[in-house]
Amino acid sequence: MDMVNVKINGIAVSVPADATVLEAAKTAGVDIPTLCYLKDINEIGACRLCLVEVSEGGRPFRMVTACVYPVSDGMEVKTNTPKIIASRKMNLELLLSAHEKKCLSCVRSTDCELQKLCRDYGVDENAFENAKNEKKSLDVSTAFLVRDNNKCILCRRCVAACRDMQGIGVIGANNRGYDTEIGAFFGKNLADTSCVSCGQCIVACPVGALYEKDDTAKILAAIADPTKHVAICCAPSIRATLGECFGMEPGTDVEGKMVAALRRVGFDGVYDMNFTADLTIMEEATELLDRIQNGGKLPMMTSCSPGWIKYCEHYFPEMTDNLSTCKSPQQMFGAVYKTYYAQKHGLDPKDIVFVSAIPCTAKKFEVGRADQNAAGVPDVDIAVTTRELGRLIETCGIDFKALNDEKFDNPFSVGSGAGVIFGATGGVMEAALRTAAEVILGKPLEKVEFEDVRGTEGIKRATYKLGDNTIRVAVASGTKNAKKLLNAVQSGEEQYEFIEIMCCPGGCVNGGGQPLQPASVRNTVDLRAVRAQVLYTADKKMDLRKSHENSMIKTIYDEYFGKPGSHKAHEILHTSYVKRGL
Amino acid sequence: MKKKPTTVAFKGTHEQELELDRLIAAHKDDPGALMPVLQGAQEIYGYLPEEVQRHIGLAMGIPFEQVYGVSTFYSQFSLNPKGEVAIAVCLGTACYVKGSGGILDKISSILDLAVGETSRDGKYSIEATRCIGACGLAPVLTINNEVYGRLTVAQVEGILKKYM
Repeated sequence: MDMVNVKINGIAVSVPADATVLEAAKTAGVDIPTLCYLKDINEIGACRLCLVEVSEGGRPFRMVTACVYPVSDGMEVKTNTPKIIASRKMNLELLLSAHEKKCLSCVRSTDCELQKLCRDYGVDENAFENAKNEKKSLDVSTAFLVRDNNKCILCRRCVAACRDMQGIGVIGANNRGYDTEIGAFFGKNLADTSCVSCGQCIVACPVGALYEKDDTAKILAAIADPTKHVAICCAPSIRATLGECFGMEPGTDVEGKMVAALRRVGFDGVYDMNFTADLTIMEEATELLDRIQNGGKLPMMTSCSPGWIKYCEHYFPEMTDNLSTCKSPQQMFGAVYKTYYAQKHGLDPKDIVFVSAIPCTAKKFEVGRADQNAAGVPDVDIAVTTRELGRLIETCGIDFKALNDEKFDNPFSVGSGAGVIFGATGGVMEAALRTAAEVILGKPLEKVEFEDVRGTEGIKRATYKLGDNTIRVAVASGTKNAKKLLNAVQSGEEQYEFIEIMCCPGGCVNGGGQPLQPASVRNTVDLRAVRAQVLYTADKKMDLRKSHENSMIKTIYDEYFGKPGSHKAHEILHTSYVKRGL
Repeated sequence: MKKKPTTVAFKGTHEQELELDRLIAAHKDDPGALMPVLQGAQEIYGYLPEEVQRHIGLAMGIPFEQVYGVSTFYSQFSLNPKGEVAIAVCLGTACYVKGSGGILDKISSILDLAVGETSRDGKYSIEATRCIGACGLAPVLTINNEVYGRLTVAQVEGILKKYM
């Protein structure tokens, strides 16, 4: 790559010729504020907060937007002149003129990117009083999301996340000028579109215009009700992220503190969803081998990610028979708890409130799906995201960082390393391969790591020779990559026996329910990799690394299900799908 | 002006659909084909209802919302069919200073219909137009192809009666 020399505030740097002024400034250690900019996702120069003055070829300085303006050799850039600061300030004041300024009660108070900029630039929130402040109605139609366009600043980050990153595009900018509003086709409610509930729009939003439906009050009410038995299970990936809600560095493993905190919130049981990740593997690996040996529908596709399931039902309805019929680990847990555990402990399933703590907004949709009620009541009653869990712990006045580590409750305290890596793209595939390979080979693996399916790449492909069998596998994360992969499968261009798909890019560690990080962090840190590393490190440290070696898994099959894929297992642990279409 | 979806039932024909498909096929490989396709579709149907926009999105592989976003951005596109009685009030500078805004409001209140909309039965539509070049007659309105000039609010009811 050709390099060019530029000066940023007098600091000389050499940068690639195709760099933007924003990237060049970063090299010089100079921060330029941004708001609508999300690296690789939304680069449109719309908010005009990144204004800088540039001079090229000795010509006079003029203002440009640093996030999209390319550097040129000999360019001089000034990022903090009084003129620039005054312009940024006025642009913020103009944004505020159409923004509902209810900051005290806003879900994003103190972590709002607009609020921070307003503080940095000392804006007058009433500089431009809005003459036309008509209240816009909230979209609360879906199970997982609230859209409050009164707070929307039209940065388009959610639109780009939905359309360009996920390849879905159910939201966009409608109408024009002052009437512009982000919404769906013909102003429909989001629930009436083919939205998959991934929640990546929430994670992209810099302000409080998009947020998850908060179910923490329901949990506290259930705990306060003496007639209810309230249990919670924690998804693999949230131990890698919950610390971020309390200001800890991304990539900190807080499993022990999380368990301690939830016990103090008052749950009757705090369990590890890694256990049902293992159970999923037992059922799914059995299903895969059965399909391969008995001419079943192939490729088989994983079914752990409810956003992916909904995507398949809307966009590839002709492929729903390729989906594994296994319920997701969340739903399996609730189902096992309200059948096996309830019977064993003399509990009426109606008196159990089963909560799952998950990195995912689509799981809020999943709990309401049909054919997810093994005990005649919904398998899972409440699904709360990592963000809500953080809020719940704060509401209960628990000093998270000061807690000593505690262990999950028995009998669902045991999860394998295969279970914990479920939270990252490729993890379910690797976990399934560890078990399927040993079943096929009939002997222990020399090496349990399947490294070809690891990493944050959007699509990964590998072929494994297991005895006389060759298994061709593919892994995709993010629905845009899923679409690419499935198109190649449908055209016959690529052939596989087993495909893992996760709805969110990078998998659950980057789920729509994970802690929010501002663009300043998202643009410089690969959260997907940093968070996934926690899971792979945890796996590596364990003695138990294969699902079928989990002692509790053996017990539950001995005592209850018989064997994987049994009639009883099918009744309780498997489900069915709907062809939704567009 | 925010565009409102129509309440008039869609009455597209098979012939219109074939014509639309030919149009889309002709633009299949053009970059930025959505604009000419929407313009052509509006010529075929007279407006761009939900059914037509869905068809375009499916056929072109473009998210429905993106089609809708473009159709609501440009003022040349209409989500409502013209009524059998198509009323257009000029809001050009001359007409406006001579009081065409009040005339528009009066028509809107008599017909109980907002500007840019078409009545559910498809009979009336009201549209606000830019200058139609009849400033000498300001304020002016047209109903179908008939021009009414030098109007007062008081005359409006009498004119509309002729079409009821």
